[in-house]
Order: sequence, then C-alpha cells, then structure tokens
Amino acid sequence: MTTVRAAGIILAKELRLEFRTRELLTATVIFALVVVVLFSFAFDPTAAESRRYGPGLLWIAFLFAGSLMLNPSFAREQNNETLDALRMAPISSFAILLGKILANFIFMSLAELVLVPVFAVLYNLSLAGIVWRLILVLVLGTLGLTVTGTVFSAVSAHARMRELLLPLLLLPLLTPLLIAAVESTASLFAEQPALDRTWLAFLAGFDIVFLTASWLLCDHLLAE
Amino acid sequence: MSFHNVEKRFGSLAALRSVSLEIRAGEFVALLGPNGAGKTTLLRMAALLMNPTRGSVFFSTGAASEPAQSHRQASAFRPKRAIGLVGHSTLLYDELTATENLTLFADLFGLSDIAGTVAAALEDCGLASRAGSLVRTFSRGMRQRLAIARALLHQPSLILLDEPAAGLDRHGLAWFSARLAKLKTDGCTVLMSTHARNESLDLATRAVALAGGRVDNDSGSAGDPRALLAALRTEQ
Amino acid sequence: MKARFAITALVALLIFFAGYAALFIAPDEATMHAIQRIFYFHVASWNAMFCAFFVAFYASVAYLVSGKRKWDALAVSGVEVGVICCTIGLITGPLWARPVWGIWWTWDAKLTSTFILWLLFIAYLLLRGLVEDPEKKASLSAIFAIFASLDIPLVYLANRLWRTQHPQPVIAGGQGSGLDPTMSKVLLLCLFAIFCVMILVLIDRYRLELLRNEAAELKFEIESRGLDASDGARAPALQKGGQ
Repeated sequence: MTTVRAAGIILAKELRLEFRTRELLTATVIFALVVVVLFSFAFDPTAAESRRYGPGLLWIAFLFAGSLMLNPSFAREQNNETLDALRMAPISSFAILLGKILANFIFMSLAELVLVPVFAVLYNLSLAGIVWRLILVLVLGTLGLTVTGTVFSAVSAHARMRELLLPLLLLPLLTPLLIAAVESTASLFAEQPALDRTWLAFLAGFDIVFLTASWLLCDHLLAE
Repeated sequence: MSFHNVEKRFGSLAALRSVSLEIRAGEFVALLGPNGAGKTTLLRMAALLMNPTRGSVFFSTGAASEPAQSHRQASAFRPKRAIGLVGHSTLLYDELTATENLTLFADLFGLSDIAGTVAAALEDCGLASRAGSLVRTFSRGMRQRLAIARALLHQPSLILLDEPAAGLDRHGLAWFSARLAKLKTDGCTVLMSTHARNESLDLATRAVALAGGRVDNDSGSAGDPRALLAALRTEQ
Repeated sequence: MKARFAITALVALLIFFAGYAALFIAPDEATMHAIQRIFYFHVASWNAMFCAFFVAFYASVAYLVSGKRKWDALAVSGVEVGVICCTIGLITGPLWARPVWGIWWTWDAKLTSTFILWLLFIAYLLLRGLVEDPEKKASLSAIFAIFASLDIPLVYLANRLWRTQHPQPVIAGGQGSGLDPTMSKVLLLCLFAIFCVMILVLIDRYRLELLRNEAAELKFEIESRGLDASDGARAPALQKGGQ
C-alpha cells in the first residue's frame, strides 16, 4: 500500500465524514464572515483604504477561521480512539497525516471560494483579470496554513485547552506566511495588478520547508 | 510473542512494572486481573500502539524474531497485518455507516474483494440488516459486535481482546464464542483480557493473572488454566 | 563542586569587568551619549538568545533521534534561557529607544521578528505546561521546537523583505556601522561575558531538570519496592513467569 494511496483513502474518509454533517465548513465560513464584518466596523472601508487593508483583513480572517477549523482534525479521532485503528493499519504515519492535510486543504479552499467573492463585493474590489493569479496565491498560502495547522492539531490533541493552544502555537509561526500572502494579494489588487515573484517564491519555500519537516517528524507526531 | 522485562510508565503512574511473558503460537491466553492491573496497557503494547518505557516486545513469525517498534515503517507493516485488536473503545467512526466503517479498514489493509468481504463480515455478525445505518444509531451490543468484526476483518493470526464481552447480550455472546472457537481451531493466537467469567473462557489454554502491573500468576504454556479461571466471578 | 565554584566566580568577574568596561572604558558616543551604553548588553543578549535557541533546536532533534530524556532537559533549558535573553533584549530595546527617538517601540524588521520569536518560544513553554504525560510532553515539545526553529530564519527574512519595501525610520548609529575600535573591543567583551553567563545559567537549569527527572524516577522505584514489601507475604506464591 503506497503512502499516496493510503492517504487517498484517509482523505476520502475525512471528506465523507465532513460532508455528511457540513457543520465544520459552515461554521468556518460564518466565522470568517463575522471577522470581515467586524473589521468593517473597526476600520471604515473607503475605496482607497480597502485596497490597502483589504488583503490583510482577508488573510487574517482566513488564519483565524483556519485555526478554529483545524482543531477537530485530530481531536475528533479521540472519540472511540479511532486514531489507534488507523495506526494499527499497515500504512505509514505520513499517509495518515497527508490524508488529513489534504482534507483540511480542501475544506479551507472551499471556505475561501465562498469568502473571496463575498469579500470582493463588500469591499468593492474587482476580481476581473486577476482570478487565476489570485488562486495561485490562495493555494500556496492555504497549503502552508493547512500543513502546519494539521501538525499542530495533532500536537494540541494531547494537551489541555487545545482550542486555545492551537492558535497560540500556530499564529506566531505563520507570521511569515501572513506577510507573504498579504503582500502577494495586495500586489494583485493594486492599480497595476502584478504577480510578486519574490513573495510567491517565499510562500513556496515556506510550504516546502514545513511539508518536509512534517514528513520527517510524522512518526513521532502520531506515536502514543 | 514475548515480553522481556517490559515496563510502562505514564508520568508518575506505573502501568506495568517488569513484565516478562512468553506466548507461543496457537495459545489462547486469558488475561486476568482487577481493573488497573495493567491488562489494557499490555494489550495495547502487543498491538504495537505504544512502546515500553523499558524492556522490549518481540514478535516471531516462524524462526525469525524481530523487535516490535511502532515507529519503524517497513518492518512494522508485517506484524501489523497479523494483529487484530478489540479495544476498550469501539475504534469505529460513529458518523459513518457500518458498511463504510468496515470498507475503510478493508481498504487500508489492502484486502481483495472488499465489497464481498465486508458483506460477509456483516452477515456473520448479524448486522447485515443495519449495514447502511450510522454507527451512532447502534446499541452497545451492536457496536461491540461491529468492533469485533472490524478487528477480524483482515484475518489476523494474533488476536488481542480487551474485555470483548462487555456490552454483548446473550445472542452476541454466543456468536462471539463460536467465532473464537473457529479462530482457535484455525491456529490463531488469542490474548483476551477479562475480569469476569463468561463462556468464551472455556476455550482458554492458559491463564495469566496480572496484579499491580506485574504477573501475579501464570498457569504456563503447558499447564491447566482452570484453577485460575475458577477464581473468577461468574458473569451476571 | 570546586570546579563549578571556580567557573562561576570567573564568570562573575568577567561580567563585572564587562560591565565596568561598558560603563567606563568605552568612549562616549557622539549623539546618544550615556544611554548608548545599553547597546553592549542589548546586542549581547540577542546573541545569547540565538545561541540558547540553537542549543534547544539541537537538543530537540537529538531527543527525537535518541529518545534519551537528558536531551529533552537540555531543550527546555535552552528555551527558557533563550526566552529570558529575549525578554531582556526586548526590554532594553525600548529603554534605549525612548530617550533617543522619543518612541518606545518601532515596528522595524529586527524588533518585530524578535518579538515573534518571543511569542513562539513562550508558546513552547505553554505547550509543555499543558501536556501531562512526560514522554508526550518531551516529544511534542521537541516537534514544536523544531518547527519553531525552522521558522526563525523565515520570520527574519519575511520581515526584512517586507520592511525594506516600506521604509521605516532608519536606526541611527549602533550595530556595526563604523564602530570605533575601542567600542568594538568592549562589544566583543560584553558578547563573550553575557554568553558565558547564559551558558552557566543554561547548565544549571539543565542540571535542575535532570535532578527533577531523577527524583521522579526514584519516587517510582520506591513505590515499586513499597508495593513489593507490602506483598511480602504472598511473594513465595509467585510462580515462574513472574518478574
């Protein structure tokens, strides 16, 4: 059983579980919307400012929503100790981790698919002509978020106060990602939309570093 | 399978203190002892779910003996295929149906003819009529039956059972004992923990009693377990 | 014991001398005058911090590879000492900035990055506090320490790239830009002195952690023996297959 195939099975399981209830997805989207609306009360968005603050707000909403959404990833497996069942199967721990990372990536992406157009409407930003480039930025940023977030979900699953611990561990770590993602997004929403190669390379580098680290450490991560 | 001076600590709590045990293939071992004696920990260690704090666990398949490390990848896969565990919890996903649960694990274990195997297993444990229902809707007894079916799905040769009779009604218990008898005749090794008497114990070839994390009494591979078993309370 | 005392005394002398040098031997800086002297300890504590965090990173990797608890002890010591050095740096920074520029804090690249570092490693300590089982505590915090350490260069790089895009008030004088030779010497002396103090504290914390672990082990042993003693009457009944 190759790791990829095993990860695929786990991914299918995660998707099936989530789409049966859709609670997590709905809650994530609503929460991100709440953050966006709250910000609009705190900072009155006029056209010029929305170009400046918009991208930052968007990514903060994603980070906050993400750190709430990523918690159940491993916490849920503690019901009926199903993680043990997965660990006893002849699959590598990375397969389990990868399956969950991919699942979280898909969930997060679905949430973003809803949020970005809404955000564009609320802040009167045009998405014309930048859609594909924006998707690239979103993909790279979300990947970094879900890789690190899923790993920390596994870490905090063993701790007390895990709902609070996960954001505490995750958000400081993600500040480079935040900067890179916001800058990339901002350059796309600028007067002359352009793809910032430096920041994209940075995002890709960030993803590679932490994906590699997760792969190297997954056995210790999932051990009893 | 053998345990050499195995010790397991959880912080300042000692679950197992220096356990040495050798279990031969084909033995049906009844693991006895009060709650907190370390039975669950021993079983989980045998299932490769955790490593001992000290000491080691060995698995032999035929002549070769390889140390069991739940970390190591390739070598850990082989023993994993041969082990089935019915644990304290059901190890089932409540929000999936019975079929989906079994299919998932059949898939992960790389079984051929998944649909057929799953259908047969459900038929066998009497849950075929509820195959499409979420496990959440099952009664305790039904969940336990499904948990047992799940553990035996990939036809393991080492079967670890942690108080498997808990929650089973008379009907389920009868099915379970029959199933165990079949496993025994097939030459599987069984390690079953229990703290009360039930009919499946009649199949036991050996009894090991744990107390306070140590082996208190062992009827031995060649001995007669009935003396130790008789000391158990009768199941209500 | 004697050696420890001697070394501690030596380091104490060193730091005393370094302090004296910083306050009196180093020449007066042109624009900032006396307050500039804090720079010697400010920079020195950054240096010590990085060294401590590096030790923590190395120890975390070593723990995951070897499984020996002493590496975990070293890792937590490294992080704790590092956080202290970081705190000192973060406090001396504003203390220096206020009289010089009239502001407590500037969101420049270095300071921001270091603040994030502080948050990261405080999170490490929080994580340790919230996990009870020692083995899990050790392995989980080692994993987090590795992730955090890998993040350090990324944090600094990101902040540097970002802040150069939005020019901030340039920090006048200070770090390495045409330092007077005497100042350089004093700086080196302070770097070394603070580094030695850090190492000393680190080793002591490490020893403390090892002692704590040992105490827990002994307690465990006593409990086992205690159990044995109370079972004394039944001991002869133990058959083969026992311990």
